[in-house]
Amino acid sequence: MKLPTSITTLIAGILVTLISLWYGQHHGWMPEAASREAPLVDDLFNMMMTIATALFLLIQGALVIAIFRFRQKPGDNTDGPPLEGDIGLEIVWTAIPVVIVMVLSIYSFEVYNEMGGLDPAASRDPGPQKTAVVPGTAMAATLPGQDKIALGVGASPKQQGNNAMVNVDVLGLQYAWIFTYPDSGVVSGELHVPAGQDVKLNIVAQDVIHAVWIPQFRLKQDAIPGRDTQLRFKPEVTGTYPLICAELCGAYHGAMRTQVIVHTPDEYDEWLQSQIAAKEHGDGLTVAQIMANNDNRLARQTEDWNISPEAIAALHEMPQGMPQGTLHEMHQHL
Amino acid sequence: MTSTSVEPKTSPPEPERHWKDFFGFSTDHKVIGIQYFVTSFFFYLLAGLMATGMRIELATPDPDFLGAENYNGVLTLHGTMMIFLWIVPTGAAFANYLIPLMIGAKDMAFPVLNGLAFWLVPPGGVLLLTSLVIDQPPVAGWTSYPPLSLISGEVGEMMWILSVLLLGTSSILGGINFVTTIFKMRIKEMSLYDMPLFCWSMLATSLLILVSTPVLAGALILLSFDLIAGTAFFNPTGGGDPIVYQHMFWFYSHPAVYIMILPVFGLISDILPVHSRKPIFGYKAIAYSSIAIAFLGNIVWAHHMFTSGTPGWLRVFFMAATMIIAVPTGIKVFSWVATVWGGKLRLNSAMLFAIGFVSMFLIGGLSGVMVASVPFDIHVHDTYFIVAHFHYVLFGGSVFGIFAGIYHWFPKMVGRMMNETWGKVHFVLTFIGFNLAFFPMHILGLQGMPRRVVQYDPAFTTLNQVCTVGSLILAVSTLPFLVNAAWSWFKGPIAGANPWNALTLEWQTSSPPIIENFEEEPVLWSGPYDYGVDREQDDDKSVSELLAEVKAQM
Ligand code: HEM
Ligand SMILES: [Cu+2]
Ligand SMILES: [Cu+2]
Repeated sequence: MKLPTSITTLIAGILVTLISLWYGQHHGWMPEAASREAPLVDDLFNMMMTIATALFLLIQGALVIAIFRFRQKPGDNTDGPPLEGDIGLEIVWTAIPVVIVMVLSIYSFEVYNEMGGLDPAASRDPGPQKTAVVPGTAMAATLPGQDKIALGVGASPKQQGNNAMVNVDVLGLQYAWIFTYPDSGVVSGELHVPAGQDVKLNIVAQDVIHAVWIPQFRLKQDAIPGRDTQLRFKPEVTGTYPLICAELCGAYHGAMRTQVIVHTPDEYDEWLQSQIAAKEHGDGLTVAQIMANNDNRLARQTEDWNISPEAIAALHEMPQGMPQGTLHEMHQHL
Repeated sequence: MTSTSVEPKTSPPEPERHWKDFFGFSTDHKVIGIQYFVTSFFFYLLAGLMATGMRIELATPDPDFLGAENYNGVLTLHGTMMIFLWIVPTGAAFANYLIPLMIGAKDMAFPVLNGLAFWLVPPGGVLLLTSLVIDQPPVAGWTSYPPLSLISGEVGEMMWILSVLLLGTSSILGGINFVTTIFKMRIKEMSLYDMPLFCWSMLATSLLILVSTPVLAGALILLSFDLIAGTAFFNPTGGGDPIVYQHMFWFYSHPAVYIMILPVFGLISDILPVHSRKPIFGYKAIAYSSIAIAFLGNIVWAHHMFTSGTPGWLRVFFMAATMIIAVPTGIKVFSWVATVWGGKLRLNSAMLFAIGFVSMFLIGGLSGVMVASVPFDIHVHDTYFIVAHFHYVLFGGSVFGIFAGIYHWFPKMVGRMMNETWGKVHFVLTFIGFNLAFFPMHILGLQGMPRRVVQYDPAFTTLNQVCTVGSLILAVSTLPFLVNAAWSWFKGPIAGANPWNALTLEWQTSSPPIIENFEEEPVLWSGPYDYGVDREQDDDKSVSELLAEVKAQM
């Protein structure tokens, strides 16, 4: 039985639609979604996957069918039909991408706004600030008296104007992340945050460009020497996730990673109190210690590949010139 | 009206030329074209070897093959060479060889300038390679962002800058030449709309080169001042702004991806109709979309900077501008599919690579629209998703197209046919290897693997090993091509003037063409793509009548 073309086209259309709708939701390519922002991005991505699957099946399908159906028969040296164009068709296939990209642009805009990308406090560019090398240290810092609006992803529209509940100063340097909790002066080599609360990272870089990336939060922001940038988000699911440097920052860029630990609010308080207590007893971590720990970690990771710990230590002069206080004290110091 | 050239029996007609001509300063566009081909292919092989090295390194999570220090050097050279010494010069190779022939000219508008443009390429490449030989390769990636590029090895970085400046100058000189040639050297009857689409795409490419490349030169010169003279244009320690470098860099380097891909669009638009035996579908739509892409390509650079210092409103603007490029690109893809549809396809190597190009570029284009979306790009920027995306565009979209072009025009350039069986083996290996090597990278990136790392989370080992196997297959796939090309060059069957029965002018002269291309000025006896029009029976009608008839049927 031979079906008329219109029916086969219809069936093919329905199949393509069903497959794309299903695959768009079930590709399973995204890692766990652990922040308020992540499902927004995932929904957007699922929609893009749906459209992409449909377009792929249609266009690739047409090519594959053409390869089988329209290949030259042996001995047939005549030409195909001299079709040079079809205004109707051309209008349709100009209109289809126009509509698709309009829908995607508007949807992306909505998601970006909802994530806080257009928060005026975070999305204006105050221009570069002069970083200075503080005498006796290799610590670059922003000169005082400059506008400190940061770039990056700010508060969601509902939160705009409110301060975040948890603020963390993040310093990126070859090859470590240092987190300081300015309200308490606690310093850490890992990022601890409470679930369900608004968190703001104030990100600076000491030497070269780095980038904070937390795949499970779907968020990323460059740390740029001479500029403040920020990332504001709400972690939702407790657990431990990687925090990765995503911008080439030197030979050990691949090793520049640490963890984000999302606690329940109670656990978070406990953690914070224990850190404060340790600090008061004088055995809280200092930046220099974190750097030293990090060097040990790098050294451990690199011992198989013939690189001496001295070579790694020499990568940055941090520990020697480093004031023995915390990062936050240094921030205030400047 | 059939082609009347005499087909020689034993060997292709020899233009009075000596093999030494290919090693000296020539002003013949055909010699220069082949010089470009061979040179850039040499660098392609080297850069491919480096890629294989990187993939072997990445077969395990630990840096145990190249090592952490070397990886970034190899990575930087791989990227730089693939772009500035392979794809861009290969575009120039095709343009040099084909444009004068396609428009019925004897040579390029400025033959000496043309020779000069080519002779900037080898020193540029040698300079880059020397940095590796003296063990001081640049290590800041092909983007060379400051401050990293300012603190990691002055010698290698300076060699990189000089090399890219030489190659950029070469491409500017080439661009001037192509624009002038296209506007000034066409035979009298040929209007812009009678040109093969490759000429349109080279016109768009050259305009793009002329607008954007000088900005790259500016950025690199300022960077070299920061590097060796202690200025602080981009150095934050002295009050400079590294983000300004990014703007200047991408103002060139985003258009650069169109500089790489537009010529290939042109090649494909010329190859598909010949082997489908159908006119190209939507000639004007394809021609204009090249120009539209060139224009839009200039206003989207900041989409490479969505996560760096780019204000929120600007990100939104660049997102919209970037997405719009999907429209002219979509028009091209649909037109290619419509050209193939209903034809009588000759599935030879050229055609397989051309269709492979459309399929692979389709995937790269779809992921391109995705990364244009700011919130999604924030997640995948600087990850393996991007590595997958741009290899689908640059390998799937450029290298497949370039191979299609080589299989298609080899008989014209050399006078002999390539072997089809080996061509198909080459295609199948390339297709499988390519998809194995690059498709899993999408997933790696989404899952959390950043790019430019020599060391990664062991959870990603399996997918990385698939990629490595794919890249080894890719490496092997070049062998049948090399053997085939070398053997066919000297021993292949004689091609004759027009083995594909094609209609564009380059096929109306001997293969290889004589020194000034045509015995006498060619006449335009057909549109470039008038397949399926029964020319034999209408011998008494003039070309213009015939053309009018075809147009009336539309
Ligand atoms: C021969 C097969 C190829 C393989 C196996 C390959 C593999 C790779 C790998 C493993 C990377 C490093 C990714 C990373 O660490 O971030 C890379 C980067 C790159 N590749 Fe390829 N590649 C191939 C061909 C090409 C081609 C044909 C082009 C384009 C013209 C190209 C352009 C680039 C560029 C621009 C980079 C980025 C370099 C950078 O980040 O500085 N590659 N490639
Ligand atoms: Cu880093
Ligand atoms: Cu890094």
